[in-house]
Amino acid sequence: MLRDYVPLLLHIGVAIGFAVSALLMSVLLGKAGRRTRVKDTAYECGMVPQGETQPRFSVKFYLVAMLFILFDLEIVFMYPWAVVYKEMIVESKLVLWSMLSFVTILMIGYVYALKKGALDWKR
Amino acid sequence: MPGEFVDQIFVAAKRWLLSLLPHAPDWVVQIASALLNIILLLGVFATLFALISVLERKILGRIQNRYGPNRVGPFGLLQPVADGIKMLIKEDVVPIRADKVVHFLAPIMMLLPAILALGVIPYGRNMTAFSIDGGILFFFAVGSAAELAVFMAGWGSNNKFSMLGAMRAIAQMVSYELPLLIVVLPVVMIVGSLSPDAIVAAQDGYKWGIVPRWFVLTPWGAAAFILFFVAGLVESNRTPFDVPEGESEIVAGHMTEYSGFKYATFFMAEYFGMFAVSGLAVTLFLGGWHAPIAWLEVVPSYLWFFAKLAVLLFVFIWIRGTLPRTRIDQVMSFAWKFMLPMAFTCVIAAAVWHYQAHGWAGWLSSLGIVAVVYLGLSRLLDTRRKFATRTYRFAE
Amino acid sequence: MSPILFWLFAFVMLVFGAAVVINRNPIASALSLVVCFMGLSALFISLDAFFIGIIQVLVYAGAVMVLFLFIIMLLDLRVEERRKINLVAFVGGLAVAFALFVQICFVVDQLGAAKQAFPSLRAAKMDDVHNVGLLLFTNYNLPFQIIGVLVLVATIGVVVLSKRELR
Repeated sequence: MLRDYVPLLLHIGVAIGFAVSALLMSVLLGKAGRRTRVKDTAYECGMVPQGETQPRFSVKFYLVAMLFILFDLEIVFMYPWAVVYKEMIVESKLVLWSMLSFVTILMIGYVYALKKGALDWKR
Repeated sequence: MPGEFVDQIFVAAKRWLLSLLPHAPDWVVQIASALLNIILLLGVFATLFALISVLERKILGRIQNRYGPNRVGPFGLLQPVADGIKMLIKEDVVPIRADKVVHFLAPIMMLLPAILALGVIPYGRNMTAFSIDGGILFFFAVGSAAELAVFMAGWGSNNKFSMLGAMRAIAQMVSYELPLLIVVLPVVMIVGSLSPDAIVAAQDGYKWGIVPRWFVLTPWGAAAFILFFVAGLVESNRTPFDVPEGESEIVAGHMTEYSGFKYATFFMAEYFGMFAVSGLAVTLFLGGWHAPIAWLEVVPSYLWFFAKLAVLLFVFIWIRGTLPRTRIDQVMSFAWKFMLPMAFTCVIAAAVWHYQAHGWAGWLSSLGIVAVVYLGLSRLLDTRRKFATRTYRFAE
Repeated sequence: MSPILFWLFAFVMLVFGAAVVINRNPIASALSLVVCFMGLSALFISLDAFFIGIIQVLVYAGAVMVLFLFIIMLLDLRVEERRKINLVAFVGGLAVAFALFVQICFVVDQLGAAKQAFPSLRAAKMDDVHNVGLLLFTNYNLPFQIIGVLVLVATIGVVVLSKRELR
């Protein structure tokens, strides 16, 4: 079994090696410029930086992330279902109905979020 | 048979190279074989990246009625070499307030998932860099690491534009990851396996000897393919969904504070991501390395794969040259209000198609389901009614 | 599984788990947690639980971490960084952690089941997504539906909680 994943580890290793060696090469070959105070400021199109660098973000990002997790969880359950569907539908329709009821329960939540305007970005 | 030999030439070459290690133990041969796969994969895609970067500029040039790069080498084909040298010897400016470690790691973390995702795609008969049973899930799992890389870039740079761009990028990537994950389900359902090799094998053969059994030729498959392609555009941050790096608003988003080769690495990661998504689209819906017509099967399988990939990449570039950028609220509403319900519809349509034994009845009823939901959604989401028609009195 | 890989990943997990607690900056902690999850996923995969390992990355490192990072960006970071280490709480925490460690060692030592070696798997290679699917839709259908209801409750909760700012 381990045999299947050793190529994977090698792949990760080679990919990291490729990226790191490219970056290191640019560090070695790259021109080292002079540092000045103005050059070191955060880039804001040439203006003097205004306000704090890490502003606090709107709650709608949180809302998107949370809804994403909930739907992601649902999809995680749908993958094993999709794999066995073809095989189990031959015996009984239970596998179809149980997934339909699961999705219906979740669609209630989706419609609720839609009606409450949680899926509108512009608010 | 000569056709078969040409088809398997890379597999045979690899076997010959490995036979040069006659007395090596089994595990050494295995590791050597894996390394050969990976290095060939990286080489092919690095070359393709160089080629596409110049072709994209030439095609965009043609779309905008100009020549594009044509000075360096014949037809400007050596432009990527010149660009690469330029990027390598540029000064690497790291802002003094940046988190140095995260700032350095972000481009690497960005490139890594793209390279890993390329590994599970079957490029030709017996040509998969590593075939694992859950290849499709693996593809999406490494893809989700890209979001973290974007965040690292944004946060590590310590710049407003970077942070804003990163937050927008993540919000839009997670929103489109849902439809991307769902539209793969019908294919998995019909094939009954998560292995990309099995999915390609299931699209073998021709109906009545002429029509290939590609999933894109079924109603649910066509709908799923379009949704997959749109979601793929978003995942690789391409126009018209390049809000996170919209030059006219937030400079370059999470890449604002990157210069020199680190910027080039982001660029490369974006293109590798594009190759990976297109490659998966070819595998899932366009029949992988199978030929479109039975008598064209003499052409080697990997050529078919790369021909289909080239067509998809051309569409990517074409769209970039044609469409303007969308607003962030349009992008997000489109994901949650249109893509998500449509994606679920594809699953249901595929279930019906399978239930009616892949025949004419199934074909028509799945077409009906997709069409009804599409028309219903487009009626519900129609925004034209909300605005009065604009009339111009001067300067028509 | 190969013991070398186990020790490697376990060590990585421990180091980055400690980094989660030690870092003063919440974002650095969160990024360390990602590495910790990756190590956990590698352990699952080396135990032949491919599906769980991949889900660990997809859901935890992908989705849950995005949520964590977004929540951190809602907060004011500098307040967190300025907070002083409370010595009493530090020592107390160490004592509790040590007590828990001793307890776990004690329980594992007493438990008979922990000592026997597990029989090796019947098949050299198995399709665990398939097995999960078969079990889920035959024996565990009701718990599956209950999960659906829980996720529904969570969806409604999220919408209600975030409604104040949404008007």
